[in-house]
Amino acid sequence: MKLHGIKVPHKKNTANCEPVRIPIPKTVTIPMSMHIGKPAKPIVKKGDTVKVGQLIGEPDGFVSSTIHSSVSGKVTKVDDMISSMGMKIQCITIESDGQQTLSEEVKAPKVTDFESLKTAVKASGVVGLGGAGFPTFVKLSVKDLEKVEAVVINAAECEPYITSDTRTMMDNGDYVFKGIDALRKYMKVKRFIIGIENNKKDAIAKMQELASKTKDVEVHVLPSIYPQGGEKVLVFNTMGRVIPKGALPLDVGAVVINVTTLAFIGHYLEDGIPLVEKCITVDGSAIKEPKNVIAPIGTSIADLIEAAGGYKTEPKKILYGGPMMGIAVPSDAEPVLKNTNAIIAMDEKEAMPKKTTACIGCGACLNHCPFRLDPRAIAKAYQLDRGEDLEKLCVDLCMECGCCSFVCPANRPLVQTNKLAKIKLRAYQTKKKAEAEKEGK
Amino acid sequence: MAKLISNVSPHFSGKRTTQNIMLDVIIALMPAAVASVIIFGLRALVVEVVCVATCVASEFLFEKLCKRDCTVFDLSAVVTGLLLAFNLPVSIPIWQAVIGSIAAIIVVKQLFGGIGQNFANPAITARIIMLVAFAGSMSNWSKPVDWSRSVYGADAVSGATPLAAAAKGQTEFMPDYLTLFLGHHGGCLGETCALAIILGGLYLLVRGIISWHTPVAFIATVAIMSLICGKDVLYQLLSGGLLLGAFFMATDYATTPSTKWGKIVFGIGCGLVTILIRFWGNLPEGVSYSILLMNILTPYISKLTQQKPLTGGVKV
Repeated sequence: MKLHGIKVPHKKNTANCEPVRIPIPKTVTIPMSMHIGKPAKPIVKKGDTVKVGQLIGEPDGFVSSTIHSSVSGKVTKVDDMISSMGMKIQCITIESDGQQTLSEEVKAPKVTDFESLKTAVKASGVVGLGGAGFPTFVKLSVKDLEKVEAVVINAAECEPYITSDTRTMMDNGDYVFKGIDALRKYMKVKRFIIGIENNKKDAIAKMQELASKTKDVEVHVLPSIYPQGGEKVLVFNTMGRVIPKGALPLDVGAVVINVTTLAFIGHYLEDGIPLVEKCITVDGSAIKEPKNVIAPIGTSIADLIEAAGGYKTEPKKILYGGPMMGIAVPSDAEPVLKNTNAIIAMDEKEAMPKKTTACIGCGACLNHCPFRLDPRAIAKAYQLDRGEDLEKLCVDLCMECGCCSFVCPANRPLVQTNKLAKIKLRAYQTKKKAEAEKEGK
Repeated sequence: MAKLISNVSPHFSGKRTTQNIMLDVIIALMPAAVASVIIFGLRALVVEVVCVATCVASEFLFEKLCKRDCTVFDLSAVVTGLLLAFNLPVSIPIWQAVIGSIAAIIVVKQLFGGIGQNFANPAITARIIMLVAFAGSMSNWSKPVDWSRSVYGADAVSGATPLAAAAKGQTEFMPDYLTLFLGHHGGCLGETCALAIILGGLYLLVRGIISWHTPVAFIATVAIMSLICGKDVLYQLLSGGLLLGAFFMATDYATTPSTKWGKIVFGIGCGLVTILIRFWGNLPEGVSYSILLMNILTPYISKLTQQKPLTGGVKV
């Protein structure tokens, strides 16, 4: 069996651009939610002085994350702001003093066993850097270590434009393997698989060279078929296992971790500097000099683009992340987040959506869905308000990779409908459950 | 900064549009169109132009009248017009061709909601309407034009189609394989030249507009059944509307199943009905009826051959 997928234009223009550090921005805006889970609680107030790496947000509950200051300077505002997702989020604005003084809190963690590794990862504030932003320590909180057969290192980077993971492998390959060493030692993992799409020849060579010094690391070269980097797709293509609906990779014996996340862990164990900066690909048709930059978290998109030579033409759309799954932001004043791996600015020609026309029933959507869903039937069930049908059509399986919308000749907003259908399905299931409970009483 | 566009991902889209799919189909139909003019004379071109023009005009006027979005530029009406013309004899009176085209677009396509909503293939259904309404002129098969005598065609003596000749056992009217392959015999405009249709079909396959499942299942079923029934297999494959139907009409998106297995079932069904009509029916030819019948069964086939979501065993 082979999973469906699509060929997308690669546009990896910046693969050979070594990341450059941007000038320290005057101010940074750090949201308390840059991860999946509960937002962190701010522990600084207006007027406080902070240093680089100082804890400014504490995790609130289990699935949450720590947040650290990315610059040294003065807190000027702790206030609610509307995020690009349209939700109110507490943000801490810090005015930089330009010194980048490192906080005294920063020191290399003492790791002696699995527990202390988890504590260290939690303290580092690292979240899934491939884009999802799931707190990494939660992922590593495996109760039964026997269950972990392999760690799959996601280096597919299947989105067009983005090359930040490629650069991690090229420039920080050693740290990737230091991360592997830590997992091997404390998590007792016996098998590591690095999954890379075959359009990254140099990164593959580098990883193979480093892997040849070990016995348990395989470099799995994958065809460049989007969405190769989807968690379920990657586990299937590297281990041949299907992660059941509603289950985690761990249920089939896998832990999937992004390559940059792993390299960060390797780095953190050495010097203890928490997640305060990020390598980001700045590209797109509206960018003058596409490049990879290293920027403090909270830097505004405008500052980042300034570092890439500014705009070539007036941008019509700016994205967090790649063009297939990225989020369009309302303005370039938005900050760079922990899980931002690219900023793509598109000119009018690239950004303008094609006109939506009537469905011609070509079936391209269902013949390209990696999970074999039927977006056409889902759209119909959604319009007819049929929760039961949506349940049968397994719309909750959809990972919103965008293949269906990409191939649709009528340019129908299929991903959007799937998103809405998922909400409808959840409402239906909640209602059904409530009714069942009522009857039970 | 001007207002940014903020919509749901993906922010890239593929190159395929409804319009360029239809354009590819039109390109694929061109060899058969050229062949029809060479075989039947300039009147073939006149019939094709009339059908296309009427289809486009009826779509435009109907949509204006109903205040619907104009879809003329998606070129689907052009495809319908061409396919209908390909299913008519060269001698068809122009007014009948006009009525057929209007029926195809307005009755079969637009009344059901326009492109993508029709349950039956417009060109095929219109042809069947015309077969019933204008039985005489629809079975008036002209012989190929003799270019040294006339360029317009259609005034030549009537002859039988290869299938009609075979059905009646008139071996003297049965052409040899090469003649069948090149299409130099009586029949509908676009169906006689197997070479041109195969060229067009291959183009669609290479461009990924159609998948091989339906044509292969359809043609293979006819071949196997002909063999079992002791008929001349090659003769059955090369004559009548089989190739045109298998490549161009049984692969219509809206009226046929979308999944791989659905397409195979659809193709086999078409093949079986075609054989039933050809060998045991009262008519010499059954491709149109077979496709129409299978169009009607399409929702059920689709339901039975739905692809199973990759749930890997549902975990609660």
